[in-house]
Amino acid sequence: MVVISALFVQTFQMALVVLLAPLLTGFIRLIKARLLRRRGPSMIQPYHDILRLLRKEVVLAENASWLFRVTPYMIFAATWVAAAIIPTFATGLIFSWTADLIAIIALLGSARFFLALAGMDVGTSFGGIGSSREAMIATLAEPSMLLIIFTLALIAGSTQLSTIAAFMTSPQVGLRVSLAIALIALVMVAIAENARIPVDNPATHLELTMVHEAMVLEYSGRHLAMIELTASLKLLLYMSLIACMFVPWKLAVLGEGPAAYLVGMLAYLVKLAVGGALLALFETATAKMRVFRVPEFLGAALMLGLLATLLRFVSRSL
Amino acid sequence: MTPVPVLLTCEAGLLGTAVLAVLIARSNRSTPVVYGASLIFCTIAFATALAYLATGLPSTDAPVLVLPIGLPWLGSHFRLDALAAFFLTVINLGGVLSSIYALGYGRHEQTTHRVLPFFPAFLAGMNLVILADDAFTFLISWEFMSLASWALVMAHHHDARNLKAGYFFIVMASFGTLALLLAFSLLAGLSGDYGFTAMRISEHTPLTAGLVLVLLLLGAGSKAGLVPLHVWLPLAHPAAPSHVSALMSGVMTKVAVYGFIRVVFDLLGMPAWWSGIVVLIIGSGTAVLGILQALMESDLKRLLAYSTIENIGVIFVSLGLALAFKANGMGLAAALALTAALFHVLNHSFFKSLLFFGAGAVLTATGEGDMDKLGGLIHRMPVTSVVFLVGCVAISALPPFNGFVSEWLAFQAILQSPTVPQWGLKILVPAVGGLLALSAALAAACFVKAFGVTFLGRPRSTVAEQAVEVDRFSLSAMSVLAALCLLAGILPGIIIDGLAPVTLSLIGERMPVQTDIPWLSIVPVAESRSSYNGLLVFLFTLFSASLTAYLIHRFASRWLRRAPAWDCGFPEISPATQYTAGSFAQPIRRVFGTLAFRVRESVDMPAPGDLRPARFAVETHDLIWEGLYLPITGAVGFAAEKLNHLQFLTIRRYLSLVFLALVFLLLVLALWS
Repeated sequence: MVVISALFVQTFQMALVVLLAPLLTGFIRLIKARLLRRRGPSMIQPYHDILRLLRKEVVLAENASWLFRVTPYMIFAATWVAAAIIPTFATGLIFSWTADLIAIIALLGSARFFLALAGMDVGTSFGGIGSSREAMIATLAEPSMLLIIFTLALIAGSTQLSTIAAFMTSPQVGLRVSLAIALIALVMVAIAENARIPVDNPATHLELTMVHEAMVLEYSGRHLAMIELTASLKLLLYMSLIACMFVPWKLAVLGEGPAAYLVGMLAYLVKLAVGGALLALFETATAKMRVFRVPEFLGAALMLGLLATLLRFVSRSL
Repeated sequence: MTPVPVLLTCEAGLLGTAVLAVLIARSNRSTPVVYGASLIFCTIAFATALAYLATGLPSTDAPVLVLPIGLPWLGSHFRLDALAAFFLTVINLGGVLSSIYALGYGRHEQTTHRVLPFFPAFLAGMNLVILADDAFTFLISWEFMSLASWALVMAHHHDARNLKAGYFFIVMASFGTLALLLAFSLLAGLSGDYGFTAMRISEHTPLTAGLVLVLLLLGAGSKAGLVPLHVWLPLAHPAAPSHVSALMSGVMTKVAVYGFIRVVFDLLGMPAWWSGIVVLIIGSGTAVLGILQALMESDLKRLLAYSTIENIGVIFVSLGLALAFKANGMGLAAALALTAALFHVLNHSFFKSLLFFGAGAVLTATGEGDMDKLGGLIHRMPVTSVVFLVGCVAISALPPFNGFVSEWLAFQAILQSPTVPQWGLKILVPAVGGLLALSAALAAACFVKAFGVTFLGRPRSTVAEQAVEVDRFSLSAMSVLAALCLLAGILPGIIIDGLAPVTLSLIGERMPVQTDIPWLSIVPVAESRSSYNGLLVFLFTLFSASLTAYLIHRFASRWLRRAPAWDCGFPEISPATQYTAGSFAQPIRRVFGTLAFRVRESVDMPAPGDLRPARFAVETHDLIWEGLYLPITGAVGFAAEKLNHLQFLTIRRYLSLVFLALVFLLLVLALWS
């Protein structure tokens, strides 16, 4: 019985992240539009977009290989699996031990690897430019992320997300310099990983500095739908990650019963809304930077990550 | 039957095959005979070593065999313990697969008499190094291995680049052996007992131990390709035929790692804590510099050789951690770090052999090793491209393949280190962790480039357009390796448990038993701290991808139309407009290259109306070559120039020189006593 309810919660979470992801994207777009004093599309517009794309035929470039066709499903699945084991409304999910934080980030790295390859598959210079820049961003974002993980793991004594979240709710944690630095670095990495302003512009097309959109330029129809959905899912994943580690309040623990789950659920929605609003505000207030300024931005994240880890290595209380 | 005689019989068989090959090399049948015989002997040796490793016997009663050959008062000692058995498994598995590969690939060889005799000799040499239990046998086998591989590097000696590679190789190999010779003399001490058993029990002063460590880093490090002794490696490994390149990169570098582990962890006794620092710094520097150079490379085999340097760095980082933990009495953490190192040894032998085989297949199919002249091979070589892709994902340390597991274990080992007492280590280890992560991320970029430019896109030359898939032997060897990469990635617990006897014998601790853990997860310390289950990650991802694809094709749409590439409405006709190896690496070159290679880019853009062509030039410097090797070669050249005068003297002058030398030596002798 316990196993069945645990499996149910896990399945529910899997469905939840996929269903909620486009809503978050729509919400951010709406807030951004309102901040620009536009009316903006409805919050559920991304669902319409994805459904319409799914129903359309795929126009495939003549020399695209099987890799190009498989990649959308593969990256979607990898991101989905990663998102499904991150605590959103409850910790201690039945499969949460399948992958720790390092493995989750590496799984996203696998997705990126294949997307970058797909960008090079058709053999156009746009695809190449996107892939090579994505690779450059990844070479800085991944080590920064790992150093952030080191910091959190050393504070919580674990790389297991459920354990970290549980530790962060306990009174042992207190205010720490290293945590604050890690949070800043994590937000910077998350912005870069999700191709948001100021690193990349998710709304752009035909712009010489674009990265993510250049990689996926040749995609259409259902393939494009999967890619759009993956991008939304990744954004949701990073927000959930930040939420479960830095604001783990009201997170339910597996087996606490429906009431706790409901509270956890409401808290999760509030956290997402606040996070989304902050992201929209930030994106409206900043301009996109030149592509070769990105290494400086991410280099700062890397240094912050290193500083936070160093603090943990030299002192137990910082 | 005891394993050591079986193994030695296999080595004798390999040496016999080498002799036979000399006799029959020019006949048509020689290729299948020699590689078939190597295949049989390596299979027997592999099975024997694996069976011994599986028994998990403690190293105290490791089987020993003394043969009355070699130095009269010493004989030749051979011993098989868990560490040797593990490395023999790695070597002979590499031997088996490259023999299978060569059954097909070797048919394209023009000068068989320059390859066939040396291939089994090379395999025998590597095996004997591992089996040796005294310094004399070790060094003889080591030198034999070096010379056999040198001959293989020089197989195509008409190419001037190969001549240069062979020259570098032989100089560095002699230097390395010299360092090892000195190290063993120090270990033998004044008593002069060259048996490993005597070295193991004798006490070494801190000074001796320090010197031995440095000499080992020079000797084994030059063979493994540690920075700054790596310069020969990217020249020599690609020069050999591809199945030999795979052996040199995937296996011979591991023999060097074995030499380091054998001496530093086994013979030298308790390490000093600073030895960990030295190894960590060299290892992380090697990892980052190796992969950066791989990124700048556009020749497929050279790229792979540079990536070998990176992987050796990763292995040495884990070894450095193990040393630091061992010195501080943190047995469990040391066992974890050593397991990470050995796991990576195994992994690298899998994916590097696979990738070199793939590069060989591309060479066979197109005759072209320059990535900028390839492209689009995924359509022409479907099987090779799949297995090469597996190798690329695995070497980039991405789940669910094997490279990720060893990288993950190394990170878990780093997370054990805040409790080490020394401040130097406390400050160094996080930086090393960052560099390790950086090298993994750069490796992913490097192999996106390697696969993307070679196999994807449109063909950049007619040879790439007309490539055909290679023979079945090559494909089966590569497929086995690809399957091993996946299996080791999703079932790592079995391998970790298999490594337990090695860590038990070298450190006295082992990682927790992994195969008892439900669902075949791996857990380095405790489940609440960290766990990873490659099998479930793989199955979940596969299942979700298939389910999504099925649902979409069933309920949404399955129409597909082929059309010219969209490319934002500006289709490019020429394949030359695609991104090349150089242009793919350009953003990364800008970020890291200015520091690591002092890259200068210069653009010469003519003014409007000016008809001369625009030019773009990139200037890079190999700082290690310019800062370390050029001064040394300069000094040697200068000294040789000066001493050259001695060659043209009259007999009177020679006689007086001899007289003066004699007087000088007698004086020294008189003053000494």
